[in-house]
Amino acid sequence: MREINYQQALNEALKEEMARDERVFVLGEDIGLIGGNFGITRGLLEEFGSERVLDTPISEDGFVGASLGAAITGMRPVAEVMFSSFMGCCMEQIWNQISKIRYMSGGQVEVPLVIRTVNALGRSTAAQHNERPEAMFMHIPGLKIVTPATPYDAKGLLKASIRDPNPVIFFEQCFLYFTAKGHVPEEDYIVPLGKADVKRRGTDVTIVSYSAMVYKALEAAELLSARGVEAEVVDLRTLSPLDRETLLESVKATGKVVIAEDDCKFGGVGAEVTAIIMEEAFDYLDAPVLRVATRDVPTPFSKPLENHIMPTVDDIVAACGKVAGA
Amino acid sequence: MLRSMLRIRRFEEKAIEVFSEGLMGGVLHTYIGEEAVAVGVCSNLRVDDYVAGTHRGHGHCLAKGAPSDRMLAELMGRKTGLNKGKGGSMHTIDFSKGILGSNGIVGSGIPIVVGAALSAKMRGTDQVAVAFFGDGATNRGSFHEGLNLAALWDLPAIFVCEDNKWAISVPKRRSTKLEDLSVRASSYGMPGVSVDGSDILAVHQAAAAVVARARRGEGPTLLVCDTPRARGHEEGDPQDYRPKDDLEAAKRRDPIEGLKTYMLGAGMLTGDEFEAVDKAIVQEIMEAERFARQSPFPRPEEALDDLFAEVH
Repeated sequence: MREINYQQALNEALKEEMARDERVFVLGEDIGLIGGNFGITRGLLEEFGSERVLDTPISEDGFVGASLGAAITGMRPVAEVMFSSFMGCCMEQIWNQISKIRYMSGGQVEVPLVIRTVNALGRSTAAQHNERPEAMFMHIPGLKIVTPATPYDAKGLLKASIRDPNPVIFFEQCFLYFTAKGHVPEEDYIVPLGKADVKRRGTDVTIVSYSAMVYKALEAAELLSARGVEAEVVDLRTLSPLDRETLLESVKATGKVVIAEDDCKFGGVGAEVTAIIMEEAFDYLDAPVLRVATRDVPTPFSKPLENHIMPTVDDIVAACGKVAGA
Repeated sequence: MLRSMLRIRRFEEKAIEVFSEGLMGGVLHTYIGEEAVAVGVCSNLRVDDYVAGTHRGHGHCLAKGAPSDRMLAELMGRKTGLNKGKGGSMHTIDFSKGILGSNGIVGSGIPIVVGAALSAKMRGTDQVAVAFFGDGATNRGSFHEGLNLAALWDLPAIFVCEDNKWAISVPKRRSTKLEDLSVRASSYGMPGVSVDGSDILAVHQAAAAVVARARRGEGPTLLVCDTPRARGHEEGDPQDYRPKDDLEAAKRRDPIEGLKTYMLGAGMLTGDEFEAVDKAIVQEIMEAERFARQSPFPRPEEALDDLFAEVH
């Protein structure tokens, strides 16, 4: 099977879905001529024309709200918000409109809408281009939250998101666009939303992770293996709905858990995962659940400062060592 | 149009009644005094055209064709309500009538209407989409972003500003330097039209022109309707902040009385005919009330339904 990178995988997913379903269209800032800041929509303008590839003015509240209006009247928009930090500009539409309109209407309508955006930790872009806000969106009922780590998952999850009749916030990771390579089928496939994936089998400790942190978790697992500790790496893939079954199955088997995430620790994804484990698998635990996460500050610019707040492979190894007694 | 305005008026009076009886939770913002705007605009629309209303949205929904019985049931939180009791007064939605939703958030329906208009254009239909909003909404980003997009993409959208000059207790003169809000249209390269929003014939005529323009594919218009708020922001609002003469003036501009006087004067209607129309509507609203009162509440566990659509 051929190998492509995460960016190409996403680009293929968009192309295939636009070719498959004429209701699918893309809109966002700079997505036309230059194919988006990271080239995810590259080639779409040439292939599908300016009627289905809409360059928007800088107005996230406007075009994300317009995506909702289009979604409930027969189209399937895929909006790109250039950086996840800019999600603040359209939070009202996401929080009060997109997530609620189906429920408030008593289920009268479907909202087949995808908002793609990107997290950018580790690029020295400082605090306003560098959020990992998925936990904020997880807290809103009515949204599906997707966070792929591999090219295979990126393509399959984006295709599933576009076909889903519900609003999906799709968090990409810019660090992965060109570094993450892997086998991706050429034939049509989807990765269903709401299913986690065990990226590495192990018996001694479960590392729960998602998005770019999956790679640090896998690296940590290799280092631990050299010490005789076999870590299982669970990639959540979809944060909402969260796959409790896969998570709890792994936790019950290993009895030890470390959560590795690249957002701030306080009130984060790890906090929710920990709570689920405490509520549903406490009796299986041999040690307290530990979290490895970013420090609770906005992301600083200067490289040594940014590095200092980011969780490292060594941090994950240390946490696993602590719970697994190695 | 007289019938439609009367239906809204009698509906709102009934809503006030059941609200004061404690049969309606939350807050009640009535459309009394502003009927000419929704009716004047919606009388130019087809069922498959789209509208989005405001938190003061009963009038928009009724004018666009929502059934009064299921509307009232919704206000009273019943299972038979338009939204199965999940929306309530500020969030009445009826997609079967092109009603994309009343909206609890000022100005947020505007981008949604822009998207509906975009969708109509992309699908190659001649549907139009109308956003209703108050003067307060014109200070929000969603207004500016939405109008800019609609103008840029020549969308079949109509932006109807109900300029009642009050944002709860804050008068318009303390929110904007502009007297005539239709001038804002020029910032986006679209026409702006101002009309007396108490005069149903004026609203109907102005709306006919801008709806036809949108349907022909010639782009959006901002239509500003000067319309007084006859009551408080919400029921129970003592309006201590409001000058007495402003309230008196609002009451003198009753659009229903205006149309009635005009029609009587022009020999288009007799007093008896008016009474008969009104009586029929009062009867309809009484039946709506009976329907709503007799309707069951949803089962508590239904609170968990309708969040997501099944993947198909």
